[in-house]
Amino acid sequence: MFALSPLEIEAIQLSLRVAGFAVLACLPLGLLTAWVLARHEFFGKSVLNGIVHLPLVVPPVVIGYLLLVTFGRNGAIGRWLWETFEISIAFSWKGAAVAAGVMAFPLMVRAIRLSFEGVDKGLEDAARTLGAPGWWVFLTITLPLILPGVLTGVILAFARSLGEFGATITFVSNIPGETRTLPLALYSLTQVPDGESGAMRLVVIAVALALIALVASEALSRRIAKRMGG
Amino acid sequence: MAQPTSLNINVRRRLGDTELDVQFQSDGGLTAFFGRSGSGKTSLVNLLAGLDTPDSGIIEVGGVCLYSSENAINIPPDKRRLGYVFQDSRLFPHMSVAGNLKYGMRFAAAHDQQQDFGEIVELLGLSALLARQPASLSGGEKQRVAIGRALLASPRLLLMDEPMASVDAGRKSEIVAFIENLRDQLDIPIVYVSHDLEEVIRLADTMVILDNGRTMASGDVETIMSRLDLRPLTGRYEAGAVIAAEVVRHDEEFSLTELTFAGNSLWVPRLDLAVGAALRVRIRARDVSLSRSRPEDTSILNIFEGKIVEITEDDGPQQEVLLDIGAPLIARITKKSLKQLSLQNGDTVYTMVKAAAIDRHSLGLGGTRQRRRMLGK
Repeated sequence: MFALSPLEIEAIQLSLRVAGFAVLACLPLGLLTAWVLARHEFFGKSVLNGIVHLPLVVPPVVIGYLLLVTFGRNGAIGRWLWETFEISIAFSWKGAAVAAGVMAFPLMVRAIRLSFEGVDKGLEDAARTLGAPGWWVFLTITLPLILPGVLTGVILAFARSLGEFGATITFVSNIPGETRTLPLALYSLTQVPDGESGAMRLVVIAVALALIALVASEALSRRIAKRMGG
Repeated sequence: MAQPTSLNINVRRRLGDTELDVQFQSDGGLTAFFGRSGSGKTSLVNLLAGLDTPDSGIIEVGGVCLYSSENAINIPPDKRRLGYVFQDSRLFPHMSVAGNLKYGMRFAAAHDQQQDFGEIVELLGLSALLARQPASLSGGEKQRVAIGRALLASPRLLLMDEPMASVDAGRKSEIVAFIENLRDQLDIPIVYVSHDLEEVIRLADTMVILDNGRTMASGDVETIMSRLDLRPLTGRYEAGAVIAAEVVRHDEEFSLTELTFAGNSLWVPRLDLAVGAALRVRIRARDVSLSRSRPEDTSILNIFEGKIVEITEDDGPQQEVLLDIGAPLIARITKKSLKQLSLQNGDTVYTMVKAAAIDRHSLGLGGTRQRRRMLGK
């Protein structure tokens, strides 16, 4: 009764791929940034914090445009990428993933940073006195303890990436099958006559995807909490 | 050459308004850091463990230098091999009891001396808890697991920071017994932090008194407890001498036990100890009275002849008198009695101690050094 059209399937697959890669790319950098911000005091910390949070406070179009002038074929980094590796991310789904990742980054960092700050440093000290070197303490104590926060960060970032619109359309345009994710497809349908029913179907799909992600994360965090012994 | 279990500490560290300035030596067994809260006990233990760094000084454990400002040595905490039992247990919440216990074992694998998992589990009575999560344990159980975890890392010294702090009053004696077991069965020196004099007297061989970041005294428990000048720190009401004694025999008819020390015999309520067992008795100053002539027709069982060594000059109505009865003994008497008997240093007097005044709280099984002495080691 709710059979998906090939175009819808294409948009969903693309959205999931873009959001998935965006989150995967964000995670290591997000962990590092959150750790630095939570555990270290250094000159310029507030500047770093400001830069990380920029995508939350400036219009997404600004981020999209900045990405275009740096990663576009003629941009500073984009030209170097093209001339050395023949890679171009502008106007491709990879660019869409970069845009989504940049926009989702602050949400992920905030969630992980909070959980870093919630970890009792005394537990890490205890592990050190038992003979564990610092990196082992991080892997076996800190990381497992911040797992719920990391999960929250991942889900938030994934949901934000699924919904990314402004930076994406500015940076990589609206190319069917390449950069036309769910929100962009929805936008396109609202721009043509007779598009309302198609648009409504996409709305339902978007809501369903978001709900599935939330329910899954809820179930996961319950399992983690149980493993921690409440 | 330093004993394998000796401690040599001389450190300075500025902490906010107070300056920690501590120096002492201890030749092993159980060394207690005693002092009020805020006296710097925990800060000192953190310096030993390497969780904080002194501004200057030296830390040596068993002849191994862990920190020396002069030689620019500062071994990181994971290389110091000091087991640390924290006030608040600090069990890893995401691991089972067994996981917690085994955490340090992989790093101890290379050490020459290793603790056996089964042996430690047995010693601390942990076998029923192995599969449990830390959140489901009681305070006393958590502390036992924390002690086991520290021991299984095969440390060269065990640091215990007020391990009773989070244990119910009713469970304390159980943990004290476990610590006594450790002290007597494993050859690991222990540093024990406490503000409870009873615990210190029961467990320690050597005590270090800290006040406001400074070492006020250090030495063996019997000597420190017989010093009248330290009473403001050891607690006036609780003041009393500590005597190392040995069980001679039990009198079943009257439910009494006879102890011997320095050629004297001391009768106390029946003890559940074997004949020959070494123990330490605290005789509170308030339970000791004095007489010029040998008392006769008295209900007091314990009468010792001795000499007055020192009389305090306090403002209050009572004075403390330090006596030598072969071992040091402290009596607290009123100024009025002091004047009526016109007591002077060097006078010979008779001291009386009620047997009933010695309860099980004033007893400790003898420390490591006392047992070594008895075994002629």
